[in-house]
Amino acid sequence: MQASETSVWKTLEPRNRELGPKGEPAGVLTHWRLSRSPNDVAWLILDRANERANTLSETVMTELEAMLGKVESIGARGLVIRSAKAGGFIAGADLRDFEGVTQARDVEMRLRRAHEIVDRLAALKIPTVAVIHGHCLGGGVEIALACQYRIATVDAKLGFPEIRLGLHPGLGGTFRLPALIDPIAAMTMMLTGRRLTAKQAKELGLVDAIVEERHVENAVSAAISGGMKTNRGSWKSAILGLAPARQVATRQMRARAEKRAPKKHYPAPCRLIDLWEVHGGNAKAMQEAEIGSFCDLLVGNTAQNLIRVFFLRERLKASANGESSSCHVHVVGAGAMGGDIAAWCALKGMRVTLADVDRNAIARAIGRAGDFYDKQLHSGRDRRDALDRLIPDFEGSGVAKADVVIEAVAEKAAVKRKVFEEIAPKMKNDAILATNTSSIPLEALCEGMPSTDRLVGLHFFNPATRMELVELVAHDQTSELTLSKARAFCGAIGRLPASVKSSPGFLVNRALTPYLAEAFVMLDEGTPKETIDHAAEDFGMPMGPIELADRVGLDIGLEVLRMLKEQLSDPIPEIPAWLTKIVESGETGRKGGKGLYAYDGKGKPKKETNVPVPDHEMADRLVLPMLNACVRCLREGVVEDEDTIDGAMIFATGFAPFRGGPMHYARQRGIQEIVDTLSRLEEKHGARFTPDRGWETLSAQM
Amino acid sequence: MASTTAKDEVRADQPAARKPAARASQSVISDRAGSGRPVYIVDGARTPFLRARGKPGPFTPVDLAVQCGRPLLLRQSFSPDAIDAVILGCVNVIADEMNPARVAALRLGISASVTAFTVQINCGSGMQSIDIAFRTIEAGKAELILAGGTEALSHAPLVLRRRAVEWFGRVATAKTTWTKAAALPSFRPEMARPVIGLERGLTDPITELNMGQTAELVGHLFGVTREAADAYALASHQRLTRAQRNGFLEGEVMPAVARDGSIYDHDDGVRPDTSMEKLAELHPVFERPYGRVTAGNSSQITDGGCWLILASERALGEHKLKPLARILDSEWSALNPAIMGLAPTLCSAALLERQGLHSESIDLWELNEAFSAQVLACLAAWEDEEYCRDVLGLDGVFGPIERDRLNVDGGAISLGHPVGTSGNRLVLHLVHAMRRLGLNRGIATECIGGGQGGAMLLEIV
Repeated sequence: MQASETSVWKTLEPRNRELGPKGEPAGVLTHWRLSRSPNDVAWLILDRANERANTLSETVMTELEAMLGKVESIGARGLVIRSAKAGGFIAGADLRDFEGVTQARDVEMRLRRAHEIVDRLAALKIPTVAVIHGHCLGGGVEIALACQYRIATVDAKLGFPEIRLGLHPGLGGTFRLPALIDPIAAMTMMLTGRRLTAKQAKELGLVDAIVEERHVENAVSAAISGGMKTNRGSWKSAILGLAPARQVATRQMRARAEKRAPKKHYPAPCRLIDLWEVHGGNAKAMQEAEIGSFCDLLVGNTAQNLIRVFFLRERLKASANGESSSCHVHVVGAGAMGGDIAAWCALKGMRVTLADVDRNAIARAIGRAGDFYDKQLHSGRDRRDALDRLIPDFEGSGVAKADVVIEAVAEKAAVKRKVFEEIAPKMKNDAILATNTSSIPLEALCEGMPSTDRLVGLHFFNPATRMELVELVAHDQTSELTLSKARAFCGAIGRLPASVKSSPGFLVNRALTPYLAEAFVMLDEGTPKETIDHAAEDFGMPMGPIELADRVGLDIGLEVLRMLKEQLSDPIPEIPAWLTKIVESGETGRKGGKGLYAYDGKGKPKKETNVPVPDHEMADRLVLPMLNACVRCLREGVVEDEDTIDGAMIFATGFAPFRGGPMHYARQRGIQEIVDTLSRLEEKHGARFTPDRGWETLSAQM
Repeated sequence: MASTTAKDEVRADQPAARKPAARASQSVISDRAGSGRPVYIVDGARTPFLRARGKPGPFTPVDLAVQCGRPLLLRQSFSPDAIDAVILGCVNVIADEMNPARVAALRLGISASVTAFTVQINCGSGMQSIDIAFRTIEAGKAELILAGGTEALSHAPLVLRRRAVEWFGRVATAKTTWTKAAALPSFRPEMARPVIGLERGLTDPITELNMGQTAELVGHLFGVTREAADAYALASHQRLTRAQRNGFLEGEVMPAVARDGSIYDHDDGVRPDTSMEKLAELHPVFERPYGRVTAGNSSQITDGGCWLILASERALGEHKLKPLARILDSEWSALNPAIMGLAPTLCSAALLERQGLHSESIDLWELNEAFSAQVLACLAAWEDEEYCRDVLGLDGVFGPIERDRLNVDGGAISLGHPVGTSGNRLVLHLVHAMRRLGLNRGIATECIGGGQGGAMLLEIV
């Protein structure tokens, strides 16, 4: 457990950061501040006005240019660039500048200006040093690359996340990075979007030194006076300067990229590989090609949709940014879901107590958390602290201390009610009680419970350690205070709350059910399961419905299916008799070692490779009923708007992100076209494809 | 117990019949006894005691303290920040956890502004932490203290032989490659054979007697036979088995979970199926071939941690705490290290003397089972006229201690003896056992390697 902070440290901490000379600055603009030290070093500090983090906008860049002019005019003998934000250096480009752009030509003009400014920084005649702490992403790395030295503090994280937005670096990263470090490592960094720790960056030569905050000034002086040892370049650079050598290297890169993100959906990786293969080693040509390629990608559908996804996330995040006073979470139920929620909350700094009637279940959950932390956390200290925060609670005493109590027991209303009966009276007066029910309406759980205003649904998705979304379920008595606490709690544990109304299956499971059920129908029709999964994967889903059903757990899937059929009039296909049978025999999916697929020891499904390719109709048969259910939820007011649906489906199920979400996909494909296709499927396969009447309202809003 | 009052009255009639004990030891704190504020034990918990199995166990000393400290703090009405100090006994501190009390306190989420220190008086460390907490609260210098003991004997380091260390030093400090190379050949194969630190730790450096040998000696002095020692050990296992089966340890022993997900939920050194025959088969381990002390009638090498929460009256009121027991007094004694096992006879007698009590006024005893022979020697000494007269300064014998008033739920022979923890466990268990049996007054006492002993007098409230 981290030591709680004392007033001693709180008082002294602000003195720790080194932001250069104090006193009258030599220049101040909206976002930048320039000061000059007695020994003539210019400290240029970025502190974006009215923003929590530094990003690069057009104004930030123009002001940078003005500041560079000033630096030259005052005759500084060195320049330091650093951020005043606590969170980090620069988090990349201001994506607001990129949202909704359609004209490659416009972007190109703006981008060329930005390149000129960065080139000017790179061409300065005096030593230049980027001091990097915290996040340094995309454009932030590119600014740093244009400096002659990069000094990182130990907490620095550097990366190029552009690829995840359907782009590649666009401010000189594609040629400055491979010129500085091992080109293969540079390409890998840009192709995967992975963030490097300061230590990894130092090993690659991307940063020249790692220092503690207290040594920043001395390190800067050393760099400027030429006394800093650097370890740059790689023996590979010379070889990979030759085109044939690059061709050999790119073959493997392409294969790997295709596996991670198929070219037809995600063009950026290929474009980046092309860039390097053709122009590698020729900076000027690469810069030219980078600008062109970046602009093409930016106006393309994939990048625009992925930028949309970025903003969907920001929007959900913003709804959760209240001040959270929660620091102790009590989780009841140490199954796969409860255990994962507990492990995640402890990872994010909460004190967590995990209770269950079965003490072995608690212990197993701790073991899983230990494995998870081994992968997720890089220092022994962090792992120990996380495990110290995750407390096996055999006596259930955590209830009385918790700010948030999360129930994650069996999906049966009676069982949940019994748990509530036991824990509700022990809770603190200001604590909230959250149920992780995936489908039971909250009203059904309220019966006989005191202070129902504190009951809220927090529905996590499997695996809770990875899926970002949480359905925030209100019932008619949930108080506004409870909701705001629940939202702030989501924010505190880095999860995205999507508000949904309490109705069977809420949004995500209700939308997912017809998708899974249709896959079962296809199975019954004799289509091989691998083919069905391919159809969905080709559409862009991270995994097909059969594999997903196994992953979720067939027992849970069956329970949800039954419940939804019982409580809703949604046209869901019949539950196949075999499903009930195999669940009863213990074939519950991946967790049971066998479900519709058989699983190897590592939990990987064994798939037939020699199967027919999916026919054209299959993807529509799977996806359109999901869209239909989404529209129905919208019409019934289960969710407020289309954006919430899109965000929820992407962050809960991984719905093909490059399509921008189910509703956005429907709009892009055309509402009428979707309705027509549904009608055609209805004729052929039956009433379960009948277009919901909500579509009419949607088309009216076009 | 109904008879207690009756006994008390009898004693009240004849206090003058006892003359002050000739002090067998000096105690710096004894004159403060009973002079200050009342001090209460409000709760306590320990890990299961885990037998060392030839390799480092799943928990370090601080891990053990965290494992039992977390559930203990969790069930309190107060927040960990209300604690004024953390005191932890630990003998074998590992290099990664210097001042284990502080490391444990911070890992338990106790505020960084709370002081924490580790105490060491060998096997008495876990009781010493209670005693310091007791005296501090009594003197009005603190209201709420977390006092514990922890020990992971399975983590006791392998120690390099002195000659090996010297060789390593020569190589490491050699300035040039050449002198380094020159220093290398002075290595001798026997240097590679490490000394097990624990073995050294369990040997008294003054007399060079192993603890087992001191038990042989006191057993001999009081005529303890091998059969008697084995019978005592058998009873210890039977009593612990019964306690485990009947849930007597619930609330006291908290399951511990290792990072690999293994759960440890009971004291695993117990052998429910042992018998006189099985015990008789074992050879003496310390003094072959004629000794009486075997692995079967000695305490086990074990890992475990334990905490108690001590509170003043003010803390009781402030946090609405229900006290389990009150600490009335404590005493420490010392004697020749070769007969360290007899120390409980001294400190317990002195404690009763000062309080004007006798052995019959004690309803329940926890006397640490370092060795069967040592426990039996103590009992015999208390019934030995010469010893009681010349050593304890009593007119008659101190008195027999009925077996059903002594270590009723087993002890270190069946549970194991994590040295820094045992004293804490004795007090914790004494409280629980007295409450379960409806008894009033008890003593927890122990012998301490090096020739010392500690005793603590409790009263149920």
